[in-house]
Amino acid sequence: MTKDAYLEGREHIPSGCAISSIFSRSGKAVCGERIIRSIEPMHDRSNGLGGGFAGYGIYPSHKDDYAFHLFYDDAAAQKACEAYLTGRFEVVGCEKIPTRRMACITNEPIILRYFLRPIVNVLRDSQLDEREFVARAALHVNAQIDGAYVFSSGKNMGVFKAVGFPEDVGRYYKLDEYAGYCWTAHGRYPTNTPGWWGGAHPFSLLDTTVVHNGEISSYDANRRYIEMFGYACTLKTDTEAIAYIIDYLTRKRGLTLEEVAGVIAAPFWSTIENMPEPQRARASYLRRAFGPLLINGPFSILVGFTGGLMALGDRLKLRSMVVGEKDDMVYIASEECAIRVIEPELDRIWSPGGGQPVIVTLNDTEKGGHA
Amino acid sequence: MRIDANGQYYQQLNEAVRACADRDVTIDNVCGQRYIACAEKDRRFTLHGTPGNGLAQYMDGATVEVFGNCQESVGDTMNQGEVIIHGSCGDACAYGMRGGRILIKGNVGYRAGIHMKAYMERHPVLIVGGTAGSFLGEYLAGGLIAVLGIGADGAYPCRFFCGTGMHGGKIILRCDEAPSGLPRQVLVREMTDEDREELAPHVRAYCEHFGGDAEALLSQKYFVLTPNPEAGYKQLYTFE
Repeated sequence: MTKDAYLEGREHIPSGCAISSIFSRSGKAVCGERIIRSIEPMHDRSNGLGGGFAGYGIYPSHKDDYAFHLFYDDAAAQKACEAYLTGRFEVVGCEKIPTRRMACITNEPIILRYFLRPIVNVLRDSQLDEREFVARAALHVNAQIDGAYVFSSGKNMGVFKAVGFPEDVGRYYKLDEYAGYCWTAHGRYPTNTPGWWGGAHPFSLLDTTVVHNGEISSYDANRRYIEMFGYACTLKTDTEAIAYIIDYLTRKRGLTLEEVAGVIAAPFWSTIENMPEPQRARASYLRRAFGPLLINGPFSILVGFTGGLMALGDRLKLRSMVVGEKDDMVYIASEECAIRVIEPELDRIWSPGGGQPVIVTLNDTEKGGHA
Repeated sequence: MRIDANGQYYQQLNEAVRACADRDVTIDNVCGQRYIACAEKDRRFTLHGTPGNGLAQYMDGATVEVFGNCQESVGDTMNQGEVIIHGSCGDACAYGMRGGRILIKGNVGYRAGIHMKAYMERHPVLIVGGTAGSFLGEYLAGGLIAVLGIGADGAYPCRFFCGTGMHGGKIILRCDEAPSGLPRQVLVREMTDEDREELAPHVRAYCEHFGGDAEALLSQKYFVLTPNPEAGYKQLYTFE
């Protein structure tokens, strides 16, 4: 018997990913330290093989530029990627993402961030809508340039992720030096793929980010379908497919987030049969029209986007999720302790049902990022 | 013994509790620490805050009173004793519970009381004051689950698939109309005097802890779910 097999039976690792989020409806800037403190009590839901955060409204001085966060394996990858990006974008800013040396965070890639504006002529000649132009650039780098990985590509928002426990990852990226109206966080316990920097959550495209607790059994069916529309699932991780599905349904097909929930966490046919009209017609339309995008298996996700946040659990609610509210603040997490640790007194706390989306948005979208 | 759990890791907290001989243990500022009161006998725990997953798992006679909400897997495989929750409770509460009683003032999440079972003098009881999530009492094999529907205005106090695969035990729901759309393995009837007698001591205990008029509550309309001996499962099932 190998040593690993021996340990398998002897060591119980009580894990299952953790997710948490903070949202200010009034657009108030919340310090990144709070989301680190929120994910910390759920330490045992992760195993140190991935942690990450997304913050919205964090780059107010560059709010109109696309903030690209890049991992590079080496200088050659950086050179190839920069050659590609500078052919398409004007680089308004480029810097190393500030990090703190920590003994528990190792094997760091080169981590850079660029503030980019599409070059007007190139964008015009591409005949693409600006967001599609930017999304294609991010997808191209990830699929075609070896050793380069765009892990954030939206405006006035950013993803920060690494291999490690989430509270360590947050401190590594000095998130206490950022403030935003929305934060999401993830602690990872990888089940199917090795823990590597790119495989940590959140997964993102443009300003859509997804953190996910669970394991979807429909990954391959979903992947095959979504790849027909130009998305390349390069990371072999189910959450990447979820991020692309949400981008496809909202940005390309124009579905509302409620409708997206009706596709990816569609009610059972037996539940639909008992719905009153016109709810029943809508629910069955969404299931029929987008059947291959039904996500099966346990999941609870937090989807961040400019000006809002959606929480959604699978229809069987195989992963826990609670929502806490206090004044203009909304907190959503896998466990109540992640909320109470930063907001002990709440106005309201409740658990959404399986497949029941919780969507929160800024009271006044103009305020996003200007707090 | 009184402990401040603030910021303590669950292992240290539980080791401190086990190392102490006191029968009465009060823990303040509990925030997500797992496995409190696991397998404990003959002791009394008073918890302030939000205990973490696996509270009172395998518990064998202790009493746990929580002033706050609970998370997942409360009373998993609990054997004896009592858990009193002055709040609501997360998913998979009383999973495989074999004896004792859990009283929840508010709501319970999905999959409460899955595969609870009874044997000889062991008869587990789960009382929920508010409402329950889907799959309440799935594969129920024994014991009693009651959902009092307080605040539900007489509506069916559960979500979907209540009692799926049930083959023993009893589920009592307070609602104005007989639940519809239940799986074939479940028979529904109005509560009889005999059922009421069985439920009464638990509702009285509920009201003693959390307030309310037990007799008024007991005089209202309830429906009883029991397994249908004619329609037991003979194969696996899935939903689409």
